[in-house]
Amino acid sequence: MDSATSTDHRYLPETVQRSVKILVLGGFGVGKTTLIGSVSEIEPLSTEEVMSDASTGVDDLTGVGRKTHTTVALDFGRITLRRRIVLYLYGAPGQRRFWDLWEGLAEGALGVLVLVDTRRLEGAFDVLDQLEHMPGLPFAVAVNHFPDSRAHPVAELREALDLPAHVPVIDCVAPDRVTSLAALTTLTDHAMRVLATREGRS
Amino acid sequence: MTEDHYRDQPLRPYVLTSGRAQPSRNWIGVDTLLIAAPGAEPLPVTASRQEIALLRMCSGLLSVAEAAAHLALPVSVVKVLASDLMDSGRLQTRSRAAMAPDLALLEEVLSGLRDLH
Repeated sequence: MDSATSTDHRYLPETVQRSVKILVLGGFGVGKTTLIGSVSEIEPLSTEEVMSDASTGVDDLTGVGRKTHTTVALDFGRITLRRRIVLYLYGAPGQRRFWDLWEGLAEGALGVLVLVDTRRLEGAFDVLDQLEHMPGLPFAVAVNHFPDSRAHPVAELREALDLPAHVPVIDCVAPDRVTSLAALTTLTDHAMRVLATREGRS
Repeated sequence: MTEDHYRDQPLRPYVLTSGRAQPSRNWIGVDTLLIAAPGAEPLPVTASRQEIALLRMCSGLLSVAEAAAHLALPVSVVKVLASDLMDSGRLQTRSRAAMAPDLALLEEVLSGLRDLH
């Protein structure tokens, strides 16, 4: 807008016209915020979203209607692309009780990157189960390699996670910018193919 | 930075929004971009502290989620406040939420990401 804001790194270049988003979903401690931080042009930010907690909403016998409001931290970062587009990356917990939150977030999203820790594969099951019910939302699986994780052949992982053949599986190291960017690129490329196929232009 | 942190909150956010839980413009999403409208009238003296803070925050271009994070307000509250400020012509938006990206946009994102490699 003016010189007062142009030096403030919080703000986007005024040439930006569109925003797009990718969701990074996975179990606790799988490295979602680390991955976002490694590619984001800003320090990842955190905001709280309020979920009126239907899943734990046990009827109050006193009739006062006390409802629990659970706040969920939403960590996110951003990348400005070609000064025209801003890509937001939102990390959200994949557990079943947070579905309401990320289903809302998923609206209009480019796609979902499911982050997986091979030492704790079960953390990904909830997310993958739910994505099965959202056929319009492209997703890719990124395997985050921790120093002590064993290398698993991709075929073995696909089988363990029961992934359809067209879903890309990518290796990454969440703190490493290059491999994390590659994971985002693979997801975007996949989302393009999915859309092109759907539009009959493949 | 905490990951997957959640807790119960006693204060109901709609106290800050005069009792409304939904913004009047329901297409406002976390990634809707906000910027103060140039030359708009100043806020009335009755404006809330949060409204004033949000409008000031929007002196440059940023998203609903970013404004929420910087102001330490829930996203749902910022949506309602932003909606009010738009109604009164003080705030402009770019990039509506919930618009699924089309092929041209995906191509541009892909090329943009490849530039960074």
